[in-house]
Amino acid sequence: MSTPAIEIEGLTKDYPVGFWRQRMHRSLDHLTLQVQDGEVFGFLGPNGAGKTTTLKVLMSIIFPTSGSARVRGKSIDDVSMHREIGYLPEQPYFYDYLTARELLDYYARLFGFAASERRERIIRFLERVGLGGAADVQLRKFSKGMLQRVGIAQAILHDPQVIFLDEPMSGLDPVGRREVRDIIHDLKREGRTIFFSTHILSDAEMLCDRVGVLVGGKLQGVGAPREIVSMEVYAMEILFETPEGHPLPNSLAKSATQVGGRYRAEVPEDQLYPVLDELRRCEARILSVTPLRPTLEDYFFKLVARDKSAPPQLVEVGAR
Amino acid sequence: MSAVPGIVAVNTFREAVRDRVLYNLIVFALMMIGASVLVGEISIGISRLVIINLGLSAISIFGLVMAVFIGVGLVYKEMEKRTLYCLLAKPVRRWEFLIGKFGGLVLTLTVNTFFMALGLGAALYYVSREFLRSDAMIVIAIYFIVLELALVTALALFFSCFSSPMLSTLYTLGIYVAGFFSGDIREIGMVTHSPAMQTAARAISYLLPNFRNFNVIAAASHGDAIPFSLIWQNTAYAALYVALALIGASAIFSGRNLK
Amino acid sequence: MSSRSHSRALWFALVAIPALFIAIGFLQIRIEAETRTVGQQKEELLLRSGLLLKRWSLGYDSLLGDIYWTRAVQYYGARVGHPGEKFVLLSPLLDITTTLDPNLIVAYRFGAIFLSEPMPTGADRSDLAVELVKKGVAANPNSWELSSDLGFLYYWHLKDYEKAAAAYLQGSKIPNAPSWMKMMAAQVSEKGNAFSNSLAIWSELYETTQNEKVKKNAFQHLQSLRALQDTVELNKLAEQYRKQHGGYPSSVKELYDRGLLQGVPLDPAGFPYGFGADGKAQLDPNSPITLPKISESPTE
Ligand SMILES: Nc1ncnc2c1ncn2[C@@H]1O[C@H](COP(=O)(O)OP(=O)(O)O)[C@@H](O)[C@H]1O
Ligand SMILES: [Mg+2]
Repeated sequence: MSTPAIEIEGLTKDYPVGFWRQRMHRSLDHLTLQVQDGEVFGFLGPNGAGKTTTLKVLMSIIFPTSGSARVRGKSIDDVSMHREIGYLPEQPYFYDYLTARELLDYYARLFGFAASERRERIIRFLERVGLGGAADVQLRKFSKGMLQRVGIAQAILHDPQVIFLDEPMSGLDPVGRREVRDIIHDLKREGRTIFFSTHILSDAEMLCDRVGVLVGGKLQGVGAPREIVSMEVYAMEILFETPEGHPLPNSLAKSATQVGGRYRAEVPEDQLYPVLDELRRCEARILSVTPLRPTLEDYFFKLVARDKSAPPQLVEVGAR
Repeated sequence: MSAVPGIVAVNTFREAVRDRVLYNLIVFALMMIGASVLVGEISIGISRLVIINLGLSAISIFGLVMAVFIGVGLVYKEMEKRTLYCLLAKPVRRWEFLIGKFGGLVLTLTVNTFFMALGLGAALYYVSREFLRSDAMIVIAIYFIVLELALVTALALFFSCFSSPMLSTLYTLGIYVAGFFSGDIREIGMVTHSPAMQTAARAISYLLPNFRNFNVIAAASHGDAIPFSLIWQNTAYAALYVALALIGASAIFSGRNLK
Repeated sequence: MSSRSHSRALWFALVAIPALFIAIGFLQIRIEAETRTVGQQKEELLLRSGLLLKRWSLGYDSLLGDIYWTRAVQYYGARVGHPGEKFVLLSPLLDITTTLDPNLIVAYRFGAIFLSEPMPTGADRSDLAVELVKKGVAANPNSWELSSDLGFLYYWHLKDYEKAAAAYLQGSKIPNAPSWMKMMAAQVSEKGNAFSNSLAIWSELYETTQNEKVKKNAFQHLQSLRALQDTVELNKLAEQYRKQHGGYPSSVKELYDRGLLQGVPLDPAGFPYGFGADGKAQLDPNSPITLPKISESPTE
């Protein structure tokens, strides 16, 4: 394979904290990561993990304490790198006094597009994010979801090869999330590399070729969603109803929980058939039987729990 | 040279225009004309002089207020509202952004000053029904005011690269006042008997932006000739000082972690 | 902590900023050379009303008063000695200063000197000086110095001995006023030999002032007063000589030879005195000292 689309090497960021900025808080700790060309990479982590920090460093909005990064072989210090990337900040905000069309025109000018090309692109991309009708509305009148869409439009307006999206689904309703997922799918089909951060696992599971999990500034693991989570079934979930007055079978009396007139029980895989037999004996109606796999979610919470038990990281002054 | 500063400047100008700042000017122009009518009626003979003095002073003060108060917020607002994030992800260098912001405000102030100058011209014509040859000096005085405003804007921008708008306003106004008295600082230094103090006072007085250079309002109102050499010298002075402030601002801003 | 491009920017700034400062300094020197010829001719005081300024000063009136006092001193200092200088803005500046800060005694005292001195060391406007000091006396009834200055102005510059005596007398009643105030009042009212008074005043000024120009000026006054005193004494002797010998002496040495003098007096600059054809004592033509122009010689 050629050069990776994104190479991050030992990226570390310390923020000064405290009234006198005397201590350093390490928000990102020696992050090393590669994203291949054409990949959709999910950057996962709970709030405060350091996802936004990583993206801000990559965009030179802030500067790393140490480490380096390259995008398509170009150092992030190199301004020409920015011609090839798009970036959607977290909770994007734009100039109140501009309309969506004027905003995109401003950004398109920065890439040197001619007037006719700008006009055409702006319409095309506004429609792509579902804002075709709001082109001439001032941005101050936009809802959060609409701003998010404008943000996506400006990130892809110039057909960048690598696209960085910080929580692209946040602030959107279910329909909106779905539309953004479709856009990401389309971009992937066009062969672009997408690096997006999220704390919502289902989004990542549905979209990503690979994910990286960041907790407390440290990368906990990288791989295909399936590699991160073992596919092994650890339990079977049974949903059932019992006829009026019938008691629960003994084996389920303790473990089953009642949910709106129905019962739900988790049983180990090897106990499934004996339990089903018992249920048949007491004339229960089986509603569903589902194998339970650990999800990304579980993995995630395990990591967070582990991190919480560790003391917060504070590097003393001079550690810069 | 890249096109980026120009694009940023136009956007900055657009922001200022949409902020309705410029619409105050019409009010100003009307007030000027109204006031001059009044003055013309009470003071026969010196009404022209009063209108020119009043008008030029007003243009200068009004512009100064705008330069300082918009200038200190130019960069700060984009940082605070995080509109800079999207911009800096584009192929835009930070110094290009700064120059663009500066250019945009200077453009705004120039347009602004132009309209106010029209108001002054109208008032002048209203009372005297004529323009004199010597009124050309008013144009030069207005040009000097624009230079002065550019310098103030650059200073405001410089301070706002590392301090809050409140403090930046204080610093900028402080430098403005100190700059006005820089000649006096030198003479105060002469009064002390310590050679070290004298040298320090001299150095400070030459390094502070000397805003007296740009003030030819009195000469303009009397129609006194302003030598041509002063025009280019003041232009060069303003250009050098603006460059100084912008280079300083860029050096600081380029290394800043945005919040 | 910052990027490579930033360190480049820093280096550039490090080189460019001092270079620009140097260029700016040189340009400023040129501009000042230029504006000295233009701007200075037409001086203006935009605001002539001290009361208005006081109202606008937002409570910083005494500070503003100090600033105006500084301006006044500089205004005077920059012009003193220029032939034909009329110091037109001096009086308004002093008026604004003392309106802003009525208790700034120094402004009345030196202001009066600047205003009353003959050109080119002053504005030759004793009338304005009197007005200023009167304002000071009214605002500072406990300052005997101002009364003394007022007396001096009337006495020395305006030759109004009656008003001078009144001013001295008023001042002498102020607690802490030195005893010579009363003497001055008495002597001036008799229109007596007033050398000692003016000598006293100038000596006091000479001793107390910090201002080089004023000191020098006082020194010159002291010298010319001493010379004047000498000539008056010599004239008395010449009169005595005439009574004895039936004619005026032609030189000071003749007075000495006839035993009327114990030695040959020299003027404060070290030159001998002479006698004119009218028998009046004169200064040596080479002496730098000038006698006070006296229609004015205080009568005996
Ligand atoms: N400007 C800042 N100053 C100090 N600490 C910060 C700053 N920005 C972020 N942090 C800290 O860095 C950590 C990572 O934050 P962030 O990157 O925003 O997390 P995420 O985007 O994963 O939610 C958090 O602990 C946050 O408090
Ligand atoms: Mg975040």
